[in-house]
Amino acid sequence: MRLPVPASTAPALHAEWTKTRTIASTGWLLLAAIALTVAVGTAAAADTNCPAGLVCQVDPAKVSLTGIDLGQAVVAMVAVLAISNEYSTGMIRITLSAMPRRTVVLAAKAAVLSGLALAAGTIAVLASVLAGRLILSGHGFTPVHGYELLSLGHSPVLRAAAGSVLYLALIALLSLGVATAVRDSAVAIGIVLGLLYLFPIVANVVGNAHWHRHLEQIGPMTAGLAIQATTGLTSLPISPWAGLGVLGAWAAAALLAGGLVLRLRDA
Amino acid sequence: MTAGTVTPYRPGQQTGRDGFAQLLRAEWTKFRTVRGWVIGLLVAVLVMLGLGLFGAVGSSSSCQSTSGGPARSGQGCAASAPPVGPGGEAVSDSFYFVRQPLVGNGSITVRVTSLTGLIPSGNGAGTGTQPGLVPWAKAGIIIKASTQPGSAYAAMMVTADHGVRMQDDFTGDTAAQPGAVTAADPRWLRLTRSGDTITGYDSADGTHWTQVGSVALAGLPPTTQAGLFAASPAYQDISQGLGGGESGIIAPSQDTAVFDHVSQSGIWPAGRWTGDYIGADYGSGIGGYHQAGGRFAVTGSGDIAPVVPGQAGGEDLTATTFLVGTFAGLIALIVVAAMFITAEYRRGLIRTTLTASPRRGRVLAAKAIVIGSVAFVAGLVAAAAAVIFGTQLARGRVYVFPVSGLTELRMVAGTAALIAVVAVLALAVGTMLRRSAAAVTVVIVLIVLPYLLGVVSVLPAGAADWVLRITPAAAFAVQQAVPQYPQVTALYSPGGSGGGYFPLAPWAGFAVLCGWAAVAVAVALVLLRRRDA
Repeated sequence: MRLPVPASTAPALHAEWTKTRTIASTGWLLLAAIALTVAVGTAAAADTNCPAGLVCQVDPAKVSLTGIDLGQAVVAMVAVLAISNEYSTGMIRITLSAMPRRTVVLAAKAAVLSGLALAAGTIAVLASVLAGRLILSGHGFTPVHGYELLSLGHSPVLRAAAGSVLYLALIALLSLGVATAVRDSAVAIGIVLGLLYLFPIVANVVGNAHWHRHLEQIGPMTAGLAIQATTGLTSLPISPWAGLGVLGAWAAAALLAGGLVLRLRDA
Repeated sequence: MTAGTVTPYRPGQQTGRDGFAQLLRAEWTKFRTVRGWVIGLLVAVLVMLGLGLFGAVGSSSSCQSTSGGPARSGQGCAASAPPVGPGGEAVSDSFYFVRQPLVGNGSITVRVTSLTGLIPSGNGAGTGTQPGLVPWAKAGIIIKASTQPGSAYAAMMVTADHGVRMQDDFTGDTAAQPGAVTAADPRWLRLTRSGDTITGYDSADGTHWTQVGSVALAGLPPTTQAGLFAASPAYQDISQGLGGGESGIIAPSQDTAVFDHVSQSGIWPAGRWTGDYIGADYGSGIGGYHQAGGRFAVTGSGDIAPVVPGQAGGEDLTATTFLVGTFAGLIALIVVAAMFITAEYRRGLIRTTLTASPRRGRVLAAKAIVIGSVAFVAGLVAAAAAVIFGTQLARGRVYVFPVSGLTELRMVAGTAALIAVVAVLALAVGTMLRRSAAAVTVVIVLIVLPYLLGVVSVLPAGAADWVLRITPAAAFAVQQAVPQYPQVTALYSPGGSGGGYFPLAPWAGFAVLCGWAAVAVAVALVLLRRRDA
């Protein structure tokens, strides 16, 4: 009685891509993610000054990319809705009837979502860096003060920019994993935003330097955003790529949990 | 469609069932019978309490002395705790005091001809000093209940940058003649005791006197200590670094005031002056005086003022730390509150609800009351428990700033009210958007993210201040434990282990959140009435 199983994952990818792109909200939300990321980054850059004669402890790349803090929430929402909408409408039963290999379904969703996050993230990050370059150079961040013009040709800036794009993709995967595990969109987005935002807030009030550092090392957002640092690398709680690795571990764990729940439970 | 245009059909036996009480009861039944929501509520209480206690423990494993030296093992931190003033607040009460006992009523008058001082030079302590004054360097005359640090007092003083002031019991501060004191432009000061009342006067010439203020110091003993004093708060050059770090120096400073024309009335039995350092073990202990003829030069250090968190370098905390779990509790309650309406849309129950009760505004009101009350009770329980148990856990390991019962009540009840209003906001946004994921994201981004950006993250100070004024996150000002004093120089920052200083006053910040909620409810009401369910 088994249905013929697709030989490759290409049809699954195609199906997920069709489902995702034909939901009007996906496009709007991704546009919102780009717009909000650029807007917050521009506002932060517009308010950052390096007055003449002072030593500024400002990381221009990090300031320009502040918008990721907000943009990630919208990306998380897109990823959560990709799976929880299927549960709330009953679509998941059709999906799983058509493609009984559940892991493949999840993998296809993960591929489509990370592709979308990478695309939206690239636009948002490039626009943010460009805005930061134009604004900050007029606010005292000039070679006179020891700042080079914000440029992707400068390898730490390239790392911050590319890392921020990867960060958004990993946030999408983390959200997909959580949403697959808990199914309900509100609970899933609550858990994802709680995981992201609570670590830095709690770490901030913990006075003990040791614990503070550990909290920042394990928090998906605090560790992941270490990738945005281009100055003061020695004072970071975790090195840039290791930090992104921590977020990757969170995303992998969430996808694993989601995959297990998807395989073991009835839809 | 409004109730005025169409009268809904009601069977005879149903009359009286449209009462608001029934509506409330229906909404309450809906809430309590959904197991997931009740679990969500419990989760909110538990994470709020759990994170609060984590904050208490995590902040207190190292109890170092404020100078950065090794921990005083076995003694806890009580040894370095500042004295407590008559109002119950933590105070700094260290200054050089040239005094005589004053029995009963009397007065003292002086002329101050100069105020000079020394501040650290260069970039750090131990690199020498240079002439200069900190803004609140102060010297003048004082009548104090005893030499015990923290005892009641009233004083008239000249200051470096803030003119002549009358200060009493650490928190009282009244401005008088502005401008700096010089030999060419001296200041005359007078304090008069009459019963429990002390009145301060100032004058530019010693003949024309102006009353600055009059304070009642309850329980002032018959014999007080009165005389000349000098104090100079620590020199601070601190800037809030981006990313929440603080950098800069805190080092002792000193000031010297020259007095003449000292005259007294009343009974001064000692007949001669004694110089003492008050509170030497807490301050830096610099001080002395020199008397030649009728001229006194008094040198002092330290301060007579309240102590605020963060002044001593952050090895202290306030009850605000125990409320850090509010953010986690909020997220859980936002999810529940948004689902309280969006679940009805998803399941189609909203059509039944609106058929049974066609006056849609009342449905939203009933839902708001139910979710608001539930959130308030949950928040009250969690906040009260977090403050009570957190204080017990932290006390003895780290210095916890004393706050009055009223302030503690404001923090706990304010936190509960904050959670309740945010729940109503989430309900309103859920009504507008009808989608739970969107509603939850919007509300979390509105209240938690601004706090994160303004307090923890990389935003520059100007933008952070602005964000904490206009977004719903302004409401976290209700968790401020120790007030901001204009007469105390400190880094008043919203974050860190012991701050909670927001740009707006506690209830003003809360009002900002209420404004957001009111607008959201109004928009939700309009949409609920206009749109088909």
